[in-house]
Amino acid sequence: MEYREYQHILPGAGRHLNKKPSWWQRTRIDFMLLLLIFLIMSSGLVVLYSGSGASFTAVEKQLLRYGLAMGLMIFLAQIDLRKFSRWVPIFYLLGLLLLVAVLVLGYGAKGAQRWLMIPGITRFQPSELMKLVLPLMLAWYLCRQPLPLSYQRILVALLLIIVPVLMVARQPDLGTALLISCSGIFVLFFAGISWRYIIGAIVSALSALPLLWMNMYAYQKQRIRVFLNPESDPLGTGWNIIQSKIAIGSGGLKGKGWLAGTQSHLDFLPETHTDFIVAVLAEEFGLLGMVALLSLYLLLLLRCLYMASQINLIFGRLLVSSYSLTFFVYIVVNIGMVSGLLPVVGVPLPLVSYGGTSAITLLASLGLIMAAYADRRTKVEY
Amino acid sequence: MNAWSNLQDKRTEYDKYIGRLWLAVGLIIVTFLMLLLQLSWLQIFEHERYVTASEDNRQQLQPLVPTRGLIYDHNGVLLANNKAIYNLTLVPEQVPGSKSNLQQVLDHIEQLIGLNESDRQRFWQRLDQYRRPYSAIPLRFQLNEQEVAVIAVNQHLIPSVKVVADLVRHYPIDGSMVHALGYVGRINERDLARLDADNYGPTNYIGKLGVEKFYEQELHGKVGFQTVETNARGRVLRVLQRHDPVPGATLVLHLDARLQQLSNTLLRGRRGAIVAIDPRSGGILVLVSSPSYRANQFVTGISNKHYAALRDSLDLPLFNRALQGRYPPASTVKPIIALAAINSGRVGRGYTIWDPGYYQLTEGGRLYRDWKDGGHGWVNLHKSIVESVDTYYYDLAHRMGNKIITDMLGNFGLGQVTIADQPDAIAAVLPTRDWKRAWRNDSWYPGDSLNLGIGQGFLSATPLQLATATMVLANKGRWVQPRMLKRINDQLLTNITDLGRETVPVPNDVKLKNAADWDRIQTAMIDVMHGQLGTGRSSGIGSIYKMAGKTGTAQVLGIKQDATYDVNEIAERFRDHSLFVGWAPANDPRIVLAIVVENGGGGGAIATPLARQIFDYYLLNSDGQLKNF
Repeated sequence: MEYREYQHILPGAGRHLNKKPSWWQRTRIDFMLLLLIFLIMSSGLVVLYSGSGASFTAVEKQLLRYGLAMGLMIFLAQIDLRKFSRWVPIFYLLGLLLLVAVLVLGYGAKGAQRWLMIPGITRFQPSELMKLVLPLMLAWYLCRQPLPLSYQRILVALLLIIVPVLMVARQPDLGTALLISCSGIFVLFFAGISWRYIIGAIVSALSALPLLWMNMYAYQKQRIRVFLNPESDPLGTGWNIIQSKIAIGSGGLKGKGWLAGTQSHLDFLPETHTDFIVAVLAEEFGLLGMVALLSLYLLLLLRCLYMASQINLIFGRLLVSSYSLTFFVYIVVNIGMVSGLLPVVGVPLPLVSYGGTSAITLLASLGLIMAAYADRRTKVEY
Repeated sequence: MNAWSNLQDKRTEYDKYIGRLWLAVGLIIVTFLMLLLQLSWLQIFEHERYVTASEDNRQQLQPLVPTRGLIYDHNGVLLANNKAIYNLTLVPEQVPGSKSNLQQVLDHIEQLIGLNESDRQRFWQRLDQYRRPYSAIPLRFQLNEQEVAVIAVNQHLIPSVKVVADLVRHYPIDGSMVHALGYVGRINERDLARLDADNYGPTNYIGKLGVEKFYEQELHGKVGFQTVETNARGRVLRVLQRHDPVPGATLVLHLDARLQQLSNTLLRGRRGAIVAIDPRSGGILVLVSSPSYRANQFVTGISNKHYAALRDSLDLPLFNRALQGRYPPASTVKPIIALAAINSGRVGRGYTIWDPGYYQLTEGGRLYRDWKDGGHGWVNLHKSIVESVDTYYYDLAHRMGNKIITDMLGNFGLGQVTIADQPDAIAAVLPTRDWKRAWRNDSWYPGDSLNLGIGQGFLSATPLQLATATMVLANKGRWVQPRMLKRINDQLLTNITDLGRETVPVPNDVKLKNAADWDRIQTAMIDVMHGQLGTGRSSGIGSIYKMAGKTGTAQVLGIKQDATYDVNEIAERFRDHSLFVGWAPANDPRIVLAIVVENGGGGGAIATPLARQIFDYYLLNSDGQLKNF
């Protein structure tokens, strides 16, 4: 009875409730989402081919990574989140342990310790795992708290966020720390934290900015300085942003044409296949190309948020909306950085930038989104 | 907790959630619009600006240095060419990290091939100046082969450094040519002020002296340029457009390199100058000033130590005696004085005096001595030249006065620059009355005329002027302009003005009232070399051709030279200068000579035998026979 009642609360609830699922539904994969992922990935590969200097090796490698990541996505889509959720605290603790391990045993590149080596097999970034686990943990914690959230609970939630974020920031990896904290804060936001706290948090965050500045590493401060005035260091950090703006601006409305971007092909643009790949797209396909890409992203985000709205389980809802908005943060931080709106933070363009780590994390989160959506009609327990 | 309230709770929670979701959607849309706004700002409104920036990035206008023209002597001996040297450069952008990393790279290079403090200093200075990103800064010049090899072997350890080739001037025959050719050196601030900046943009060297200076315009050529596409590291990927530079003209000089070397050798260990001219063309065959120095060391910059040694040497090797040495011509002008006397009619052609060994303007006045104690007895014009009788010329000078003498000397080019293409030649002094008034603020005294008559006193001439005057004498009054250049790019040059260049004028041909007077004087000059009592007779012995000449002995005392005298050197440096002018063969002049040997003593003794050797070398073939010209 309660169950039935509840069903009517939800829009469109119970419509196909008793129908036998089709074979496609049994795969628990959302077709719309998959289509958008494919579209973004394939346009990304086209740009990657150009950005990596017209070499197929980069494209092949990336295809392989996408294959693996898609496998993981499909695998995660099969998970029953209700059963899975009881393991979440353990995952969280494990994630924290790995972060400690990174700080102690970590393997560094370019002055930052981000990697853990698993001898003979692979290396991986525990901070990436935390991107997935922190929203799970917060959703797990908050979905069982009655509204309105008391400030004690909020404090606990904040603690859950701050501990891993600080550890990642210690590595130091500002970009990932930013993404992780965002993913946590989004859970709090969707869990219905009251506006009083939100405004209070914003005010205190602003007042804490000087403190943050004092605790930044020299290179992080330098990035902020250069962001405020790229010309102050035209050969160092500012070079990247000046060149990427030139690449974007010279692309114009229609772009210079595929493989014809001089900024990228003559190496003026840095990291054309990773963080600055969007500048290649903007240079070669112009504003129209950018509008197309942003539209695909927007559709993907809207689809995800729509899916979130269809889910019965609070846990699933929180998780899906947090993952979606984190995906959104990726896009904004990356494009904002490359176009000179935001300081240089090492955040890749989701599903476009070259690299396995972010692809795996992102597709894993999309897999979990699909899993949550597939079980959207799950009976809510009280 | 009853079910309904629970349900209510869930419902408010869901509503709240949906509200937040819409907020998120709003946030996403607004943020995306902001991104689009920024992108359209860059891609639409500022598009033009960034297109320009992108083109500036991509395209680079590179000037192309023209190759400097070669210089040959008239036999085709190469006098100046261009040699590749290897310089070490560094691209600072390719050394990641801070300045200490750069310091490490420099230390590494120092270990490999050495790097001194001034190299380092210059590098850091250049680093601070404005430069295009990824452009190379020179670290060391002129690496030797071993150093190039060491860098090549270690290249993988220091990828930021590069050995680059550069063309610099090279003088294959060095040491004897510099006073004739001049040299090129690095462009300095003063050069920059007067240069055509467009044409000299990429050029590092410019003619500093001599022929290299005078023909700078022709030798330099015209700069070219190319538009290239480069990558961010400045590597040229593609030439988009190219205008080749026009290489400098090839110059063929009248100079005879072997004769020049011989002349230089003849003067070895002495101070002096030798100038030889081809009297038919005016072409300078020899232009030697001794001691000489090596020009090659000036091309890429001479060290302070070496320069100071040259500058401070008592023998003044940097001083070009042939063009700038002011010597009293002494007896070498007597043939011209004699011509002036008989041509002006002040004395007859048979004019004869009794020479007691001295001359007096007034009874009991100052004695003007002849060089020979006791005198020459009866002396006529012929004998006065052959035996160089001073007393005869005191008398002639007194009879002519300043104007007739200086006019005639001026007709022969004294007191002016007549050479077309040696920019540093000087006019020396032809002492007219006006000159004395202007420079000495004094009037002209009869005694001044007497000194002028024997080529002493205020009169001075450069070896080049002596040779030029002798050439006019050999040519019987016909002037040809002395010059270095014979052909330019295989085009025979009759006049320097054909190059569109301005040059100094030469006097009109010397016309005598009686053309037979030329023979009169020339015969006397032949007898100087071949007569019984000729002052140069010892050098005329055994010659299969006839020479004409005149010796001279210039008194040094009272002559102001810029040198500071070393106590030990006083004796030697106060000795008379030994002079000779003349030509050969006497009746068909092929080569005219002027020789000055500083402090060499009497004219016949030192300078004249040198003349014989030069004549022989130039005129005779290996069988000892006269060459066919």
